[in-house]
Amino acid sequence: MKTVLRGGIAGVALCAAFAVQADEEANLVVNEEIEITVRTDAPEHLENLSTIYSGWVFRSSETQALQMDDFENPGMIFVDDAIEAWNTVEGSAGESCASCHGAPEEMAGVRAVYPKWNEEAEEVRTIATQVNGCRTERMGAEEWKYDGGDMLNMEALLASVSRGMTIDVAIDGPAQSTWEKGRDIYYTRFGQLDLSCANCHEDNYGNNIRADHLSQGQINGFPTYRLKNAKLNGVQSRFRGCIRDTRAETYSVGAEEMIALELYVASRGNGLSVEGPAVRN
Amino acid sequence: MAENVKPRVRVPRDATAGEEITIKTLISHPMESGQRKDGDGNVIPRSIINRFTCTFNGETVIDVTLEPAISTNPYFEFQAIVPETGTFEFTWYDDDGDVYTDSKEITVG
Repeated sequence: MKTVLRGGIAGVALCAAFAVQADEEANLVVNEEIEITVRTDAPEHLENLSTIYSGWVFRSSETQALQMDDFENPGMIFVDDAIEAWNTVEGSAGESCASCHGAPEEMAGVRAVYPKWNEEAEEVRTIATQVNGCRTERMGAEEWKYDGGDMLNMEALLASVSRGMTIDVAIDGPAQSTWEKGRDIYYTRFGQLDLSCANCHEDNYGNNIRADHLSQGQINGFPTYRLKNAKLNGVQSRFRGCIRDTRAETYSVGAEEMIALELYVASRGNGLSVEGPAVRN
Repeated sequence: MAENVKPRVRVPRDATAGEEITIKTLISHPMESGQRKDGDGNVIPRSIINRFTCTFNGETVIDVTLEPAISTNPYFEFQAIVPETGTFEFTWYDDDGDVYTDSKEITVG
């Protein structure tokens, strides 16, 4: 009851904050324990924003409250499923995730730095491509479908053990060219509606697009449990949804362009906390 | 049997006599309504949790009938007044005959 109440108070503060653009706003503490940074100074490479906000800030107080307690966060159900998968031996090598990595908690910090350059593969890898790399190369198991149920569950588990840690995605060195490609996509207008990501999420965050309260499009909360479809949603599927809404042909999930965009958008959130599995509408 | 069914319950560990406590329960279950069709047009058979009960030291606290319109992973939150130290027993009844249970002890100081 206490958490619900606090959410309510926070919600009131939030409305006031957006009405006058003041800095009194809600704060997110999960399980009264994990402090989440939901607003902070924008990373240096971001020229057009001074403060970055987690998408949590833009949601209603009821939705916000769901994320303050793991018992009420429906995304945590999928985390439980992933713990089982984590310990399940699969593939010809007779190994599970746990055989190499130990407990899922050992992976704390991983979610904060992905997508990341992989030296061996000489490519930028998302958590999903890395998990599939592990499955095919080390376990001798079948790939999971990109943004499919099993994959999202595992991503949710990996995110949950990193909650509260600061997103710090590397954009220099070998990842730089991919990052620049992602930035180009971010600022390119797509589709019949002729919209770039930036038109909504940089120029108009905080405003309404029809009934939707536009966020900055930060991805620190992914994979995200959405109330609209009652399941976990992957970040690239979410990108697809956005691009589709501009009436453009979208890239496939797992495509090179999507990975570049994911890296770039992740870097826009450098300084926020890992939040996944977050709850959004 | 429905897959990955897992009950979860949250009850405070202790309370004072006569205190109103909040109990939260959640069970992961697909709650297939029986109204949907699969890709080939065949009806997906109904498979839901049809009853949920909670007892305290054998006495009924709540007894709920669930209907097909209730969505996936049914969640219940309710209040109870605990007169004494004891055990809450939670039971979910599945359409397919399965019964899932969980219990939580509470100390009244």
